Amino acid sequence: MVGVNLQSASFEELAMPLFDQLYNFAHWLTQNREESEDLVQETYAKALRGFSSFQLGTNFRAWMYRILRNTFLTSRTGLRATSTVPLDSDEDGAELAIEADTPETILMSRSNSQQLQNAIENLPLHYREILLLCEVEEMSYQEIAETLSIPIGTVMSRLSRARKTLRDELRPQFEQRMN
Amino acid sequence: MVCESWKAKLDIYLDGELSEHEMRTFDAHVRSCPSCSADALARTQMKRAIHLAGKRFIPTADFRRRLQQSVAPKRRRSFQFGWVFAAVAAVILVVGISTVNYLRIQSARNQVFSEIADLHVATLASASPVDVVSTDRHTVKPWFQGRIPFAFNLPELQNSEFTLEGGRMAYLEQTPGAQLIYDVRKHHISVFIFPDASTRTRLTENSVSPKQLPFNMQTWSQRGLRYFVIGDAGASDIDSLAKLFKAD
Repeated sequence: MVGVNLQSASFEELAMPLFDQLYNFAHWLTQNREESEDLVQETYAKALRGFSSFQLGTNFRAWMYRILRNTFLTSRTGLRATSTVPLDSDEDGAELAIEADTPETILMSRSNSQQLQNAIENLPLHYREILLLCEVEEMSYQEIAETLSIPIGTVMSRLSRARKTLRDELRPQFEQRMN
Repeated sequence: MVCESWKAKLDIYLDGELSEHEMRTFDAHVRSCPSCSADALARTQMKRAIHLAGKRFIPTADFRRRLQQSVAPKRRRSFQFGWVFAAVAAVILVVGISTVNYLRIQSARNQVFSEIADLHVATLASASPVDVVSTDRHTVKPWFQGRIPFAFNLPELQNSEFTLEGGRMAYLEQTPGAQLIYDVRKHHISVFIFPDASTRTRLTENSVSPKQLPFNMQTWSQRGLRYFVIGDAGASDIDSLAKLFKAD
């Protein structure tokens, strides 16, 4: 995303178009409607207060997502989620080898949306969020790196693990179908 | 494993994050490799499925309204300030226009008074101050018939200190009118009568003469005619003569 000219755009003009997607992302994080509303509300309040410190030329969308995510991580639900799911120790290591599971992924992609949503929901927080930022928000690796405050190398490795974990999550359902 | 090095980068390729050169190389390989092609198709379908499944939660209209309100006050305040600024600007504009208009009218009014004063002075300086010499109003009044496009009455001067000396044609802004010369205790007073239309845009119903004029003056509008009484006589004499005309 290109830099933002703050002189010609108000916070509302910039932030409101992100409302739907931020709410969706918040709901995926909190998995609760009321909590997601509180999270989005707090995110906008913080962003509005800090808007004057927003740096020209930086990514506004990534800035908003970062505020939302940091707000979530310090919430009770966020703290609970991060305390129960340890991060991978070798995130910056080599890419995982890709399994030749083409038929399976084809079937997975055809599985109904509910199963896929359940699988995403069951992903550990740090996999769920990076997968959503990449596939749903269609952020570039650079944007994801800015949002999550991690190096691009970590973005690639964590994303790869997230996809593998999702496939693993869906595999029993696939096998159940085949039987 | 077939094409292991390619497949290790397949997700990055599908995410569009390879360099331009690598993308072109990858494109060529995927087109020529059935295994990678099938895998790429499957992962693309997977990406699309996640994309669709991920767009799951929609905020309620009520929440949207609440959030909009929490963000909007800043703008609404600025709007309020905008209205204040607009109102102040409008007031300044109106006052400015009124002032300019007032000054313009004032200036035009003074110009009319100056012209009347000039006409009076020119008459006094003239070798023949009147075209019709008569103390009889019944002589003077008919003289104007056919010379000016309106009729007027002259007051009866009996039991007054004023004496009619005569009359002459006068022009105010190319409009013909009557000028009557009266004497009172050796002071000359001019009474100008013009159609009101010739000065209506500049003078109100009863304009007050400017104090900077070296003469006393009264002016008023009556039955479609504009009267000016001007002279170096005292203000009370000017007023008395004016009253005679007004009463007529």
